[in-house]
Amino acid sequence: MTTFIQIVVAGLLSGGIYALVALGLVLIYKATRVFNFAVGPIMVFGAYFLWTLLVQLELPLWLSVLLVVICALIFGMMLERLFMRPLIGQPILAPIIVCLALSGFLRAVSLFLFGGYEYSYPVGIFPAGSWSLGGIFISQVHVLAFAVALAFIGLFALYFRYTRSGLAMRVTAEDHQVAQNLGIDVKGVFRNAWAIGVLVASSGGILLATLQGVDDTIELIGLKGFAVVLLGGLESIPGAIVGGLIIGVLEALAARYLTVFMGGGIAETFPFIILIMALLIRPYGIFGLKEIERI
Amino acid sequence: MMRPCGVFNVHYRQDMAIVRTPLQWAMLLIFLGFMLFLFPRMVPSVYVSLVTYMGIFVIAFHGLNIITGYAGQISVGHAAFMGVGAYASAILMAKVHLPFLLALLLAGVIAAFIGTFFGAPSVRIKGFYLALCTLAAHFIIIYVINNWKSLTGGPYGITVPAASVAGVTLKSTESYYYLVMAITVVMTFFAVNITRTKAGRAFIAIRDNDIAAEVMGINIFRYKLLAFAIGTFYAGIAGALIAQQWRFANTDFFPLMDAIWYLGMLVVGGLGSNLGPIFGAVVYRGLAYVVDSYFPVLATMIPWGHAEQFATLGLLVYAAVIILFLIFEPRGLAHRWHIFKTRYRLFPFSY
Repeated sequence: MTTFIQIVVAGLLSGGIYALVALGLVLIYKATRVFNFAVGPIMVFGAYFLWTLLVQLELPLWLSVLLVVICALIFGMMLERLFMRPLIGQPILAPIIVCLALSGFLRAVSLFLFGGYEYSYPVGIFPAGSWSLGGIFISQVHVLAFAVALAFIGLFALYFRYTRSGLAMRVTAEDHQVAQNLGIDVKGVFRNAWAIGVLVASSGGILLATLQGVDDTIELIGLKGFAVVLLGGLESIPGAIVGGLIIGVLEALAARYLTVFMGGGIAETFPFIILIMALLIRPYGIFGLKEIERI
Repeated sequence: MMRPCGVFNVHYRQDMAIVRTPLQWAMLLIFLGFMLFLFPRMVPSVYVSLVTYMGIFVIAFHGLNIITGYAGQISVGHAAFMGVGAYASAILMAKVHLPFLLALLLAGVIAAFIGTFFGAPSVRIKGFYLALCTLAAHFIIIYVINNWKSLTGGPYGITVPAASVAGVTLKSTESYYYLVMAITVVMTFFAVNITRTKAGRAFIAIRDNDIAAEVMGINIFRYKLLAFAIGTFYAGIAGALIAQQWRFANTDFFPLMDAIWYLGMLVVGGLGSNLGPIFGAVVYRGLAYVVDSYFPVLATMIPWGHAEQFATLGLLVYAAVIILFLIFEPRGLAHRWHIFKTRYRLFPFSY
């Protein structure tokens, strides 16, 4: 029983990070109707960039984090301006293929710049110990990552609720043309959505890197984010959180109990099996908008 | 369709012909004759195997073109479907000892079954959802292949015996080239004709507007599945030919990134056009050849470069080509070729 609870707790904690990654996807999808397939390499970028600042340039933590935030925002705007804006008005296939190709492009750039080697952040910056609660171990880094994920989600709830640009983003999510007619700068909203989406994705990458080291395998977690958003619903922020936690727990359980029967890769493949089942049973996800269109 | 001035159709047979004018016949025969007889004797065998590979990818791209270009259903699982074909033919040849051509056909059929299974969600979902679904299909297929060790040999792969057709064992690069070219010509012929049948027109109607297509009485369920079945049949054949080319089947030949390059390169060639897959395959394998053979040399000339770093530049080149084409010429090389042909016919007038 203790093992089971331990696994569920670990799954919930890693599910928090999946939720964060999914949140970045949902933000961009809601505002621009584009699904950011390039999220994995963006996470890798964020992790390597912080490593470069902390280890290569030996900057203090607060300055590095500030620089990462600023650069992520600028990078997101650049991606939107260079790759996504020329595609406005083209059939849906174009943004899909450009996003997929972009993921290859960014992966190549990060391999070129950082060589794909495995690094880790300096000791002492992030907590390394773990707490014990009645025989269940909870590592402090996991809790930190989970808390940051929750803080981000809370911040976005406030942003959407109380700021003008948050309101503009909600209107744009409803309908692009209506938003345009109301005098909202829809392209500006797209730009903001990409900036925030990239910021969220890179912080997800950094949090993962504190857990498992800085390397390319972070990208695979980005792919799991796809399963999370589809399970939760592409348009729903609560869906991203609930989906993230569900996928995290199910994956941890699969890794513990199914590996024996089904071989080593089952934990990595399990989110995709859930993805296909979610698509077959509820294509619009748990909280997603049900489009009334029969095809 | 644009036709040279003064060429009229006076029989239904002429109206339905694919090759219309004597000049087109002459060019086609010269091209086929050159490819089949002169080419393998004129160039070193590196280029022969390069063109063999291009031919295999022409088949694979025809399949993807039918799914994505004609029926408008996005498939990111094409590499995995090719993997299914590769493994099916390898198992049938190495363990069941079937003859090559039968194993090839069955590989296509098996890939078509699995492709239709994973394409089935397309009945309810489209766009990004379908892209994600086929992405999941890729991971599941590769996982099953790697873990079904008793059948597939797991991550170690399977060695494939050399093909023998009509009593002749094809051991040399040249003999395999002839076989692949023949299959490519046949498959291209079928692909061109499929798009002219009732099914092909139904695919185009579904791509352009699925609701309107259903209102017109097209059975969307049936035709979407048919598109996946035909497209993945082509993928299975191409995969089996790749396994035969390397005499080896392994999941490393079919990574997810390649499925993305297939889609992108098909756009570079021209989606929804029968020339598109041919241009796309030539550009894809041509670029791959340049990247593999010249970038490491480039790396030695620049003092601060490592060979591994320049290998990643290959990815950069593919991605850049695809993104630039999608932004500046989304209709691909086939459209440019069409413009060129029209211009040639009208020269020296502009219209």
